[in-house]
Amino acid sequence: MKKINSILSLLVLVVIMIGCGGDGDRKKSGAMATNAAERVYVAPGEHDEFYGFFSGGFSGQMSVYGLPSGRLLKVMPVFSQDAEKGYGYNEGTKPMLNTSYGFIPWGDLHHVDISQTNGELDGRWVFTHENNTPRVARIDLNTFETGEILEIPNSAGNHSFAITENTEYLIAGTRFAIPSPQRDMSIEDMKGNFKGPLTFVKIDQETGGMELAFQVIMPGFNFDLAHPGRSASHGWMFATTYNSEEANTLLEVNASQNDKDFIVALNWKKIEEYVKNGGGTMMDAEYAHNVYNHNSSTATSTMKKGVKTVDPKDIPGAVFFMPIPKSPHGCDVDPTGEYIVGSGKLAAELTVFSFSKMIKAIEDKNYDGDAYGIPILKYEDILGGIVKQPGLGPLHTEFDGKGNAYTTFFISSEVVKWSLKDYQVIDRKPTYYSVGHLMIPGGNSRKPFGKYLVAMNKITKDRYLPTGPEMNHSAQLYDISGDKMELLLDFPTIGEPHYAAGIPADLIKQNSKKIYRLDENEHEHAVRNESETRVERKGNEVHVYMTMIRSHFAPDNIEGIKVGDKVYFHVTNLEQDFDVPHGFAMIGANTAELLIMPGATKTMLWEPKRIGVYPLYCTDFCSALHQEMQGYVRVSPAGSNPELKWSLDGD
Amino acid sequence: MKTKSVLFAFLIMAGTMLFVGCKEKSSEDVPETSTETGTTVETSSNRGQAFIEDENSEPNALRTAINSPDHTTLVAAVQAAGVENALVNVGPLSVFAPTNAAFAKLPAGTVDDLLKPENKEKLAYILKNHVAPSNYPIETLKKNVEKGRTLYMASGESVEVTQQGEDIYVGGIKIVGSVKVSNGWVHIIEDVILPKNTN
Repeated sequence: MKKINSILSLLVLVVIMIGCGGDGDRKKSGAMATNAAERVYVAPGEHDEFYGFFSGGFSGQMSVYGLPSGRLLKVMPVFSQDAEKGYGYNEGTKPMLNTSYGFIPWGDLHHVDISQTNGELDGRWVFTHENNTPRVARIDLNTFETGEILEIPNSAGNHSFAITENTEYLIAGTRFAIPSPQRDMSIEDMKGNFKGPLTFVKIDQETGGMELAFQVIMPGFNFDLAHPGRSASHGWMFATTYNSEEANTLLEVNASQNDKDFIVALNWKKIEEYVKNGGGTMMDAEYAHNVYNHNSSTATSTMKKGVKTVDPKDIPGAVFFMPIPKSPHGCDVDPTGEYIVGSGKLAAELTVFSFSKMIKAIEDKNYDGDAYGIPILKYEDILGGIVKQPGLGPLHTEFDGKGNAYTTFFISSEVVKWSLKDYQVIDRKPTYYSVGHLMIPGGNSRKPFGKYLVAMNKITKDRYLPTGPEMNHSAQLYDISGDKMELLLDFPTIGEPHYAAGIPADLIKQNSKKIYRLDENEHEHAVRNESETRVERKGNEVHVYMTMIRSHFAPDNIEGIKVGDKVYFHVTNLEQDFDVPHGFAMIGANTAELLIMPGATKTMLWEPKRIGVYPLYCTDFCSALHQEMQGYVRVSPAGSNPELKWSLDGD
Repeated sequence: MKTKSVLFAFLIMAGTMLFVGCKEKSSEDVPETSTETGTTVETSSNRGQAFIEDENSEPNALRTAINSPDHTTLVAAVQAAGVENALVNVGPLSVFAPTNAAFAKLPAGTVDDLLKPENKEKLAYILKNHVAPSNYPIETLKKNVEKGRTLYMASGESVEVTQQGEDIYVGGIKIVGSVKVSNGWVHIIEDVILPKNTN
């Protein structure tokens, strides 16, 4: 028996040795042997080649990474309050989070898309949207600050999101079908009664300003991802649906019953024309439109009413359904605009539609019935090709501009490279773990920069040093310049890196502002030098016009404040030097601290509750005498009548 | 003698697994030794989620199958097909797990043939025909029967769910036991659900 065992063991060893032929090489594998480290290394003082704008998912923020290093450069607050920059806390930015539901402190940011001109990235703005309380936002890539937020009315679960190839429109789809307009009705009566409006937002070409153009009132099929046509298919917009069953409960089972759901194809140019000629009807709506003025560091929130709606049945030839297997997620258009890749997330194959075949099928009016009056194209007529058994759980595809597509597979945790020419799989690499979206800089434009691919994973588990049950999600960077993909780097991200967009740094970095110019400061309560600083009382409101410069506040001694006052500190940073912000904190402030960039003014409300003498100080290490940058405010009893006094060094 | 043959099968299995493992991972660490269970190989994150050491969480579908003495053939097949990582995915997944006896009912030589590296894709397809995305506890399967809902398997094939008395049948095969696992459900079946598509 013993002998047999040892023979068997020997056999196993042989198997192992055969199996792992070339083991000698493998010993040297890993970053040190492959030069992977060198290829992602950005030497101290040097810059990354690409900016990556990563969705923060449920954090409501967007983060900026340098690629290929994976270094976090900044977190840009959009839909959530941010205790680093005071966004949503200070008086100037609070209106940004206003909605028709009131102030929303925490949002769920999903997809991001960089503005394009002629289908190529132009680096002016990055747009994003919020899934929970439907809103879309613009971030200005000269200040890297949120410039505008527009609420999408009569919608829920704003999910389909994309920008057309000249940044003419932004689309915002409805993921959770609802009564439109809202009304009190039985959930069970969903079918046929709930709607899934697809909202088109017009973008101002000069300012990036957003305006609700029209809503196409689609059936309540749950709209998921969207992408615009480009090049040949410019003028069209595509979006997936995953609940053509119109199930209202246990969707994990009930929304997977139909063999096919749909990709909707919309000819938005046709709809635009229809609306321009007076088509469509106004529907009741209420929505907030919040605009931030970078010169005044102040946002305004305006409540607007009414939205132009369009019934797709009223515009023949504008809206069609393309049948696609099993609850699709991604619908991605290749750089030529000819191929539309649908990823049925439960499907065993990837479906690629042909735009030219779609147009022909529409011309021939060769339909396979309709859904709520919207013609359904025949699957076989519009099919370009199928990638067979590519992996499990396809999600999202981007392109390298060299005729290859890259698709993520959630269940089998891998990225698969395949050819648009013959639909054959070229390479597959594991991801760690359960990848959602992927990003190739420019990978959804006419001109991808097919050097790197970032896979964004939903599950982290053991990838990094453990940090308790909650861990940041992982992202992996692959080199895709060769035939085979190579994993170079693994880095944690903030929140859920739901989606990302990348762009060559050269298209942005020269536009990045270094300071706000004091002579362009439009803040209502700005002061431009210390001689203008003062304290004014208006009833129980006290306005402190304060400045900060290395290394003092002016004034730094204030008396005459009373318990029950509302004290507004309007603080201007007089510095005109790159990267010399100052902070401002006041003991007992219930609202915020301030972080103020050079040349900017910000406002904070303080409501003193107790008598005494209270310090204020600079929170951002600004200078050698940062510790000395402090002051006092005296608080007298309510009902007393102290003289209002302010001073700096006794003057 | 029986012990010997079991042991032998076991070692072959371990060898097969390592063989597959090495082939799959071109540039990552590989275990240098096989341990006595043949499945608790050295953890290396780059081999995938299936290889994470985790004593705290509830067992997932793969771990449950590994722990079952009646499913050694299935586990060997999963490993030969290289689909371990899919079975530990967050899912949720419902796995219909044929017993060793179920595989033994196949014509002689079928299993051995399927375990050959050149049949890896075919084997993977058969295995995918036993996995339905989403949670399907027995109560939900009963509802499938009531509502005429078929099961859409990861292979892309739809499989009928039927009921006789209290018993639920999937693709005409009776479910003889069910286990809740961390990433879904495992239902034990005594026949293999052969795919309709045999190409």
